[in-house]
Amino acid sequence: MIKTIASATLAALIALPVAGNASTPKEELKAFQDYFMKRFPDTPFMDFQNGVYSIDAASREQWEDIEEFAPYELNISNGEELFNTPFANGKTYASCFENGGIGIRQNYPYFDTGSGEVKTLELEINECRKANNEKPLKWKTGPIADISAYMAFTSRGKKFNIIIPDDPRALAAYNRGKRHFYAKRGQMNMACADCHFFYAGNKVRADLLSPALGQLTHFPVYRSKWGSMGTAHRRYAGCNKQVRAKPFKAQSAEYRALEYFHTYMSNGLIANGPGARK
Amino acid sequence: MATIKIRAKAKNGITTVKTLVSHPMETGLRKNKKTGKKIPAHHVTEVNAEYNGNTVMTANWGPGISKNPYLSFKFKGGSAGERIKISWVDNMGKGDSLEAVIK
Repeated sequence: MIKTIASATLAALIALPVAGNASTPKEELKAFQDYFMKRFPDTPFMDFQNGVYSIDAASREQWEDIEEFAPYELNISNGEELFNTPFANGKTYASCFENGGIGIRQNYPYFDTGSGEVKTLELEINECRKANNEKPLKWKTGPIADISAYMAFTSRGKKFNIIIPDDPRALAAYNRGKRHFYAKRGQMNMACADCHFFYAGNKVRADLLSPALGQLTHFPVYRSKWGSMGTAHRRYAGCNKQVRAKPFKAQSAEYRALEYFHTYMSNGLIANGPGARK
Repeated sequence: MATIKIRAKAKNGITTVKTLVSHPMETGLRKNKKTGKKIPAHHVTEVNAEYNGNTVMTANWGPGISKNPYLSFKFKGGSAGERIKISWVDNMGKGDSLEAVIK
């Protein structure tokens, strides 16, 4: 029953930004980004990577003040140290990643045709640990977020160009993510799209809703609310809880699919992580 | 691991110093959710800034200061190339210090 409603809503919503049936991800990407450009005509495209600070001058001023000496600098330093510390077997994280793990954040998440899975950066960090006989790290915060923060920092300035390979499984993951984004859920019956697409720029109590365009470029993120660094899936869980929906597990297939779709929609924007947010 | 980060800039005879200190700053009032016992207070009690052998700023901190505190202050004097030293002491007797070059 709920699935039918969700599919119907999805079909209706997909029809909104894109006319006609069976649009391709490329067409959906253009429609998605065009929507925000039209919605916020005074914001240059590249500025959307700054999230809500691209559409609100007052909070931007405070954010720029914080960026002068941001709290995440401690996380970057810690992450760098962790990244460079060898495992018990003598190898380091660099051995698991392309280019030694430097300047690669903009390639994530990607669809791995070999395993048929969406691979996120945090997933591969723990896969690296497993491959080297180390215990996995907790997914949402702590050391994994610090390592991810360091890797994101080394990737600043690089352009996102998430690819959907010509593989039905990749398209299925993209569509799964898209479905999550537009489907209503929780006691409050709200979709990600409600806050971050249709009502982006509006206020919920004292908070400004950020546009979905450019939302993930600065992850992982130091949130003042958390007083710590957190990964995208930590935030996804929080968002689900906020509408009183049961959150999915971090790095579950559902959240990885969502991150895949979500990041693809920011193609063309620049990696600027880690970020500092409210 | 170093617990202090410093950025100091001199302009027109006034030096602005910004520092980020890594410290849990436990108030002593928080309870351990599992045991129900209070987590002992562990916070910085004093921060000192030294320039040319003189103390240019002393801060007396209490439990109200947040975790990983950021501090910014200005003092008259200082020029590019000279050094500023920041040190902190906490209620458990631990401490750290770091010297940085003023830009």
